[in-house]
Amino acid sequence: MLDLKTAPTRHADVRYLEGGAGDPLVYFHGAGGMTPDDPLLVALAENHHVFAPYLPGYGETEDCPALRDMLDYTLLGWDLVRAFGLTDPILVGHSMGGMIAAEMAAVAPNDVSRLALIAPAGLWLEDHPIPDMFTLLPYELPAYLFHDVEAGTKLLTAGLKLDDPQFLQDYLVRNARQLGMAGKLLFPIPERGLAQRLYRITSRTVIVWGESDRMIPPVYGPAFEAGIAGARLVNIPEAGHMVTLENPAAIAEAVASLA
Amino acid sequence: MKFTWFNLMPWPYLPDDFREKNRSVWVDIDQRLFDPVKSHEVYNTYMDLLEYADTLGFDGIGVNEHHQNGYGIMPSPNIIAAGLARRTKNAALVVLGNSIALYNPPVRVAEEFAMLDCISGGRLVAGFPVGTSMDTNYCYGQIPALTREKYAEAHELIIRAWTERDPFAFNGRYNKLRHVNIWPRPIQQPHPPVHIPGGGSLETYDFCIDNSYSYSYLSFSGYLRAKHLMQGYWDRVAARNTPDASPYRAGFAQTICVADSDEEAERLYSEHVLYFYNRCLHVYPGFADAPGYRTIKTIQSGALSQYAPPRGSFAKLTWKDLVEGGHVIAGSPETVRHRMEDLIKGLIVGNIFCLMHVGNMPADKCMYSTRLFAEKVMPKLRGVLPECEGDGRFWCHPIATRATPGSLPRPYEPARIAETV
Repeated sequence: MLDLKTAPTRHADVRYLEGGAGDPLVYFHGAGGMTPDDPLLVALAENHHVFAPYLPGYGETEDCPALRDMLDYTLLGWDLVRAFGLTDPILVGHSMGGMIAAEMAAVAPNDVSRLALIAPAGLWLEDHPIPDMFTLLPYELPAYLFHDVEAGTKLLTAGLKLDDPQFLQDYLVRNARQLGMAGKLLFPIPERGLAQRLYRITSRTVIVWGESDRMIPPVYGPAFEAGIAGARLVNIPEAGHMVTLENPAAIAEAVASLA
Repeated sequence: MKFTWFNLMPWPYLPDDFREKNRSVWVDIDQRLFDPVKSHEVYNTYMDLLEYADTLGFDGIGVNEHHQNGYGIMPSPNIIAAGLARRTKNAALVVLGNSIALYNPPVRVAEEFAMLDCISGGRLVAGFPVGTSMDTNYCYGQIPALTREKYAEAHELIIRAWTERDPFAFNGRYNKLRHVNIWPRPIQQPHPPVHIPGGGSLETYDFCIDNSYSYSYLSFSGYLRAKHLMQGYWDRVAARNTPDASPYRAGFAQTICVADSDEEAERLYSEHVLYFYNRCLHVYPGFADAPGYRTIKTIQSGALSQYAPPRGSFAKLTWKDLVEGGHVIAGSPETVRHRMEDLIKGLIVGNIFCLMHVGNMPADKCMYSTRLFAEKVMPKLRGVLPECEGDGRFWCHPIATRATPGSLPRPYEPARIAETV
């Protein structure tokens, strides 16, 4: 059971989920956001004291116009670690959150000794362009995000009432707040110079990739592995970009290997 | 009333099966459909038509900026306006406008608009759009959530560059300039009138009201559907205790086709109008509205992108639907006059942007419609809003004595001079 709390930082009062017992772990969600019953958080909380902030624009955390670029969000990450009262927590991030966690580890290598990157954004390979997620329509998303597209579609469309104008407006507002923030780091190309900073990461690092990831293709796994000294790449079969939903146990196992 | 003859400059050779074979007329339109050699003729015809409108007494001739767009082959309206500045005499050059968040640094816009104002003798009406999401975000890569902040900074920089007489340093977030000192500067003082194209965002209403800029609603859905949005603007004007509610505070774009009779209008123009609504407005919905481009307040007010029609699509509309729905005002001079009066009084707009070239309309038909409008409709609409009289704040003020392009003296001849000595 995760509790919803507030961490005041310089620029934003950040709402976050906290729960579980064990080694402290800070989790950064991807561009799609997270829910209190997120199966990955539940799995991680079995053996860790989990802190999972809602980035500005997500959940109940207000948008924050003062945070504009990669450095702003990297430092927000460290401000949150301090606000949580933690020293050297395990940093875990998925997709956009993985990009943030990797940047945090690159700018402050002495402050983080364990890092888990789940299908992180942040690199761009000319021969393997990442689809423009900002142009995708809701019904197009599952094919990019899930190994089991049919199950993923059910998951994403559960509760969607697109014929209800109020629902539609709320949906558009949520989408604009969330992806508006994500665009600061990912639009129009999800690359902000991480490649030239990866070498600074000295943490014990595990990289997790779903083998059916069609959003950030698995070929990016070896690129991260090659850029971070000593990193270990774990490929998860029958899982897509939302490996966090499709196989949270495998991620928890990979994170456990950092101990 | 001010009537501006406007040309979007559509590519007229989109194939019949364009909708079926292509997902979008904009952003990722098939390069192969553009023929540079054919465009030579197209560009020159379109510019000729703009010049023709000047000879018929339109108050302004209008151009705009779009990128990677099959219905607008004008990524740089300033290039077209420069040509028009030389070849026209009286009409205002309404450049609606330059998407100022896209220019790096935006003093480029201050400079080019100043050049246009100087070359044309003070005939520039300057437009500063935020730009559509297709242009600004998807084609030009601006981060959606930061676009408006960047736009606001560009606006401040341009106005300061136009109005300050000494070099200054500009320490912006997006622009760091140590020596701003544009050369040339515009003829019109303190600066050319500014029109802001908008799509219903409250921030844009307030921006226009606070700066005495004209708010232009450039819609393809016609005046009947615009009523709600323009009323929102006028409500805002009243709510903010604006000193006046001059109709020139607002402008509206309307597709207009005039013929001898209503039947002739349908016969002459329907294929070109349908070309526009069917092929030219075929925009992939994923490009319509990058998340973060529109503010939360605006989404909550219900103003959505006109490029993402929520139900059905423009393609399903027939000539009858388009005319009855007011998307298009078409018919005999009397029909058009009547409906234009409804439009002007209903929306209370002093600036009308007349979209008189539509889709793949050939020049001769366009001239016919344009002439009928200029001779039989426009004069009768001049006095529809008497409260417009005498308000010059939102229009250009050309200098009285203007150069005649192409009137060089005879070249210097040493021999003749020697003889006279």
